[in-house]
Amino acid sequence: MAAGTDVLSPPAPARRRRPKATRRRRDERRLAFLLCAPAVVVMLAVTAYPILYAVWLSLRRADLRFPTQSVFVGLTNYTTVLRSGLWWQAVANTLIITVVSVAIELVFGMVIALVMHRALVGRAAVRTAVLIPYGIITVVAAFSWRFAWTPSLGYLPRWLHLNGDPLTAHASSLAIIILAEVWKTTPFMSLLLLAGLALVSNELLEAARVDGAGAWQRFTHVIVPVMKPAILVAVLFRIMDAFRIFDNIFILTQGSNSTQSVSILGYDQLFVGLNLGIGSPVSLLIFVIIAIIGFGFIKGFGAAAPGMDTGR
Amino acid sequence: MPERRTTGVVARLAMSLLLVTITVGCASSQAATGNTVTFYIFNEPGGSFQRAADTCTQAAQGRYHIQLALLPSGADGQRQQLVRRLAAHDPSIDIMGMDVVWAPEFAEAGWIRAVPDDIKVQVTRDGTLPAALKTATWKKTLYALPYNTNTQLLWYRKDLVAAPPATWDQMISEAVALRQQGKPGLIEVEGAQYEGLTVWFNSLVASTGGRILDDDGNVAVDGTSRQAADIIRRLATSPAADPSLSNTMEDQARLAFESGKAAFELNYPFVYPSAQKDVPALARVMAWAPWPAVNPNTPSHVTIGGINLGVSSYSRHPDIAFQAAACLRDADNQKYAAIKGGLPPTIASLYRDPALRQSYPFADAILQSLRDASTRPLTPAYTNVSLEIQSALSPPSHIDPPKVPSRLDTTLRDAIASRGLVP
Repeated sequence: MAAGTDVLSPPAPARRRRPKATRRRRDERRLAFLLCAPAVVVMLAVTAYPILYAVWLSLRRADLRFPTQSVFVGLTNYTTVLRSGLWWQAVANTLIITVVSVAIELVFGMVIALVMHRALVGRAAVRTAVLIPYGIITVVAAFSWRFAWTPSLGYLPRWLHLNGDPLTAHASSLAIIILAEVWKTTPFMSLLLLAGLALVSNELLEAARVDGAGAWQRFTHVIVPVMKPAILVAVLFRIMDAFRIFDNIFILTQGSNSTQSVSILGYDQLFVGLNLGIGSPVSLLIFVIIAIIGFGFIKGFGAAAPGMDTGR
Repeated sequence: MPERRTTGVVARLAMSLLLVTITVGCASSQAATGNTVTFYIFNEPGGSFQRAADTCTQAAQGRYHIQLALLPSGADGQRQQLVRRLAAHDPSIDIMGMDVVWAPEFAEAGWIRAVPDDIKVQVTRDGTLPAALKTATWKKTLYALPYNTNTQLLWYRKDLVAAPPATWDQMISEAVALRQQGKPGLIEVEGAQYEGLTVWFNSLVASTGGRILDDDGNVAVDGTSRQAADIIRRLATSPAADPSLSNTMEDQARLAFESGKAAFELNYPFVYPSAQKDVPALARVMAWAPWPAVNPNTPSHVTIGGINLGVSSYSRHPDIAFQAAACLRDADNQKYAAIKGGLPPTIASLYRDPALRQSYPFADAILQSLRDASTRPLTPAYTNVSLEIQSALSPPSHIDPPKVPSRLDTTLRDAIASRGLVP
């Protein structure tokens, strides 16, 4: 977008007030809309249509295995989902995983970002090393975790002197899922925070030091406030991501021992149960929750949504 | 300028890629028409499916040409791909390798065709096992051709136990005694929350004389479910249970037995050649016996597994597809798949074949088990039923047996009507 505007309009401030320039602006605006139109049409086709179709399906009994029984059932599917213990168990699991993993990631991510920022030697090597977990395919990493935690195959239960298989109980399974999430996405968090750290100018820190601020005070009163937009964006991204957690659970437990997340529950209804009428409300409820989280962050904390200009 | 040149090169490259894709797409869709019959099935590393496709293509002398298309290795993945495409009326699927529990679901949804009479006569006359035919039948109509079958046996260490236990009670007490003597005494059985747990429960219920659904697909849970659940719980809470029981599937059971810590294993025959290859010393003391009974005087009724061949309703040429399917499952191809692929045949007479008996020293035990076999509940909503059973029995050590019948009665009624959420 930025590059396109530069090419099309190098308007000198002096010419802007002339009526001719206004007309030219209007033409440009029309051209801009025309140029956007294909993208808008494609977006409507690939996002708006499926969402509306899901809404329609969610109001019907629509089971692929019983095509003749398809009828309009109103909001029955929603009440079925909202009354189901499985749904609330999945919501609870997802919230626990989201809150705990994002909190740990934020702390670790900040520590690693500070280390990377301060690293004097081998900066590139440190950054590469930190990024390795994020570069490994989630499914592969999840399999490694699963084998590592399986007694007789893996080493972790032996090191920790565990009796039994930690992936067969609810609490320990959730803990391992969170561990796998944290291990994998802390690098992402630290990279986003590192970008934020670059906003903190050395003069500011020097001034704070001259005023007698200690290391912790400089962190809480200078670094964090300046970095706030970056922190909020990082946390928002990770919450939205973590709330949709799927692959780690799919490999580690398949949702057994009541470890389903909302995404796993939706997948089970749609792809295993083939019950589109029940699966669609689950997907739509996930969509609504994510939307609320996003809006809450932008309105409540003033986090910048991608594309919004905060610099000005 | 150099940038622009690069863009041009990239654009041209992308364009030519697109053209190639389009041309390839046209070529493959051309190949799919005509007399090509596609055969969707999982990969059998022994190559027996490919060989069957080749020999049948040759024998057909130009009437049809079978093209093998591979599905994922897990049954869930296979079903998900097939039903997704069938629900979208995909015409590129002709023959499907279907797990024995899928026929009612596919038939009720209208995704597969009933077997034509001439082919049906061939299949019923060649001595195909009745239990295998039952899995391919829905509402008294034959919808698929039994291809291969499978059943579990009891595998045990003859250096540790003199004679195989006849019942579950005996097996558990012998295993506990071995453990108390400090010997390997675990019982390896599939206790993870997955299809294998349903198979275990179904075998126990059938061996107790009960069933989960009746012939019309209605819930028929009774006190036998409690007895079955009680056996699972008793094993799970005894010292004979593997600590990983609630995460054990067929392959983990095989590996655990091969590691030498178990005295007993309930598993499919693939474990025997595997032990011969991995741990020859252990294979020499590995013996087999019928799956343990629940009551001393009635034989066990072990759950039948295997693959049936179905023909898609959206196939462009169902006639030659059925002919091809009948050829793929003929005695010769079944025998080859049994020897090279470890897939037991559905034609009973093959169990007397000397070549087959050489690689199946346990052929008689399998045939006997198959003659007494039970089927899993036959219902279009089988997936829901199985998931409810797994959920009610997981983890095995936390089962409350007296509550199992009433819980299953409620949840299975919802399951067969596909009401509510699947766990």
